[in-house]
Amino acid sequence: METLVQTDLACYHCGESCDDSLWKDDKPFCCYGCQTVYEILSSNDLCEYYALEKNPGTQLRYVSEETYAYLDEKEIRKKLLSFDSSEFARVRFYVPAIHCVSCIWLLENLQKLKPGILRSEVNFVQKSVTVDFKPDSVTLSSVAKLMASLGYAPSIKLDSEEKKGTTTTYDKSLLLKLSVAGFCFGNVMLLSFPEYLGLDKVADGSLIHVFSWLNILLSVPVFLYSDIDYLSSAWKSFRQRQINIDVPIAVGLVALFLRSVWDIVTGYGPGYMDSFTGLVFFLLIGRWFQNKTYESLAFDRDFKSYFPLAVLRLKKQTVSVEEEWEPVVVYNLAKGDQVKIRNMEIVPADSMLLDEQAFIDYSFVTGESKPTLVKPGELVYAGGKLIGQPVKLVVEKKTSQSHLTSLWNKDVFQKPEESKYKRLIDRAARRFTWVILGLSLVTATYWYVTDASQVWLIITSVLIVACPCALALTTPFTYGNMLRVFGRHNLYLKNADVIERMASINAVVFDKTGTVTHGSDPEIEFTGELSDQEMGWVNILTGYSTHPLSKLVHANTPKQPTKQVKDFKEISAKGIEGTIGGSYIRIGSAQFTNFHENMDDLSSTVFVSVNDDVRGYFSIRTAVRKNIQGMLSRLGEKCEAMLSGDSKADKVLMSTLFHPTAQLLFKQSPHDKLNYISNLQHGGKKVMMLGDGLNDSGALKQSDVGIAVTDDTGVFTPACDGILQGDQIGLLDRFLALAKSATTIVKAGFVLSFMYNAIALSFAVSGHLTPLVAAILMPLSSISVVVFTTVAVNVAAARKLKVNPLS
Amino acid sequence: MLIIILLISISLSIAIIFLLIFYWSMKSGQYDDTYTPSVRMLFEDKKGDKKSSSAKKQQSL
Repeated sequence: METLVQTDLACYHCGESCDDSLWKDDKPFCCYGCQTVYEILSSNDLCEYYALEKNPGTQLRYVSEETYAYLDEKEIRKKLLSFDSSEFARVRFYVPAIHCVSCIWLLENLQKLKPGILRSEVNFVQKSVTVDFKPDSVTLSSVAKLMASLGYAPSIKLDSEEKKGTTTTYDKSLLLKLSVAGFCFGNVMLLSFPEYLGLDKVADGSLIHVFSWLNILLSVPVFLYSDIDYLSSAWKSFRQRQINIDVPIAVGLVALFLRSVWDIVTGYGPGYMDSFTGLVFFLLIGRWFQNKTYESLAFDRDFKSYFPLAVLRLKKQTVSVEEEWEPVVVYNLAKGDQVKIRNMEIVPADSMLLDEQAFIDYSFVTGESKPTLVKPGELVYAGGKLIGQPVKLVVEKKTSQSHLTSLWNKDVFQKPEESKYKRLIDRAARRFTWVILGLSLVTATYWYVTDASQVWLIITSVLIVACPCALALTTPFTYGNMLRVFGRHNLYLKNADVIERMASINAVVFDKTGTVTHGSDPEIEFTGELSDQEMGWVNILTGYSTHPLSKLVHANTPKQPTKQVKDFKEISAKGIEGTIGGSYIRIGSAQFTNFHENMDDLSSTVFVSVNDDVRGYFSIRTAVRKNIQGMLSRLGEKCEAMLSGDSKADKVLMSTLFHPTAQLLFKQSPHDKLNYISNLQHGGKKVMMLGDGLNDSGALKQSDVGIAVTDDTGVFTPACDGILQGDQIGLLDRFLALAKSATTIVKAGFVLSFMYNAIALSFAVSGHLTPLVAAILMPLSSISVVVFTTVAVNVAAARKLKVNPLS
Repeated sequence: MLIIILLISISLSIAIIFLLIFYWSMKSGQYDDTYTPSVRMLFEDKKGDKKSSSAKKQQSL
């Protein structure tokens, strides 16, 4: 045993541990992919890449030669390029692999690698690269290929490209409104100083007059621009005869502005412009704070993001004898087209297999992680991922009519995103509005009797102080803080409303593969006896096979230098055989190795026989995530069910994990999962669904809160309300408890702000609301609510989440 | 008193100019990425590479 795996040896490129078989310039590499990147960089004098950060690279798993050829298709090219002429073109790629300073440096030096590239610029926050190039000297596909060869494969999605732009512009407009409001607020306050200090009696009257008019001028942009969202939202909900929180706010704002203008124009008083601008400023801060978004994450992907954009199709009228393949956009595929699918590619449409055999991984569609063997003439469903040799297929149905896409024709996906859920704040606002209306009527009648000339002044001041500014700030600051707390613990929620829905959850449903268990990395155990040398032979022999199980065994046995194998044979659906060092070895199914004892079918097994003597078997079992046991027992009966697309292989294992009342269902299709969730909801439950694959997407969408569990937030997740990092799933019950306490904090905040409203109203009703009182009370209430919620959320989070997650 | 009005109008117009500059910088996307430029300015171009560095400067202007 001269070549043991040296664990302290790390790949110079990617930092993965590796054996010392690959060396280049005295630097170790884990695979040829990494070495190739190093060679490209060193030959172009770009080795500074390795100086900026240690082992900055990402491992290259596979690089396909033609993968990006379709980018030169006219249609796709037009969609991707933001500018195109014969001299100059600009494209923006989303590159999930960007993660460090070295990445930025290398990607901004692309022009040194390819002459036709003019310039490239990285946006680290959005993980995107903008590349300018000369279309007449380099093609778009070669730019993408260059990046892929360096380990920065751009992920190309035509639909998401458009959506990305809209989210950023929205945030921008909010910030612009906020900045205008802040500017005006500051200046109005300055100009109101004489008023605050009581200087109006001392100073020149004309000066005060000028200041007041300046205040009007400064408030107009706030009224017409900054608060327009509140006014329009209030108008909309008023027309739909629904009262939400924006209605009383808008009424208050309008009353405040008009009353102040009237005061100043008629010379009655200095107006409340400082309160008005301050109010809008605080409200917008709250809105901005709540709108924490995770730019590099996408929550709204549908099945299209899983599909390849284009595939290779056989050219129909070829002159030459050789087959010619051309890239074609998936949606243009028609029945009868012949397509070629390569390793790890996804079949875009239901089609029939032409080749000898193919292993298809349907985990996207059904959740079943074991690849299925497909024989010639059998149907391969859209969404299946090919593992192994390239195959040829004949398209049977168009992509839009396939088995998989039928799920998306369900109602859940058809209806627009409109939550029927009445938000806590709107329920509070409705009651609040009626109280205010009643109160102003009573005051109006009282003042009409006593002093009719004062009625309008009093009414407006009641409406002004009734403006539930502090109330409106309670939820954004509570939920905004909560969103950040969750983010720190690697639970990324789509928006703040999700927290409120999380608080009401009383049923949790899990998916199995990828959620309760690790999707990849199964546990492999060997039972039986094999000497070190024989184990080495197994490793060598399995290295020759492309069968997924062989690959698993190969990866989990000690690595060996390649040796001559005689008479290697792979018998499909049975196993492999070969002679190494004089011993005849067979690896494969029980039947193949002549093993006749009964086995309980709990896991996939691979048998090994040496010289026709069965020596043992590898059992391949899915590995359960850490910490999940404790979490499930703490959830108790709340955990409603486990829905798996897999066969019953893991039933025993799962039943030890889950609470006895939880239902364990296997062989669930995406439709079954969706129906199960909606049945629970009909039973009056609020359901949270945790899943990871495309097969869960229906259920995730149907559930009240759908959380996608993933090990790498950069990879695809189905449409969901939140993304949870896999190793944090043990905290799930605590997250739910924390969401509940958020609701309590919001209610406490409501009480606090109502208190301020009550104090201010007592001033207004009795006719004592001077601009100075308003200017003090309004910011004071807002600030105290903000401080209270921020402190409360952080205290609650520390208390709930501090517990050792391992326990 | 005229002097105060004059001073206030000057200070206000300066403040408004700054607001407009901020508005423009926001609109033109200068706050889109707050991380990369801080790293980018520390990258050094190697010697004998002057041509591309000056070209880069020109384009980034």
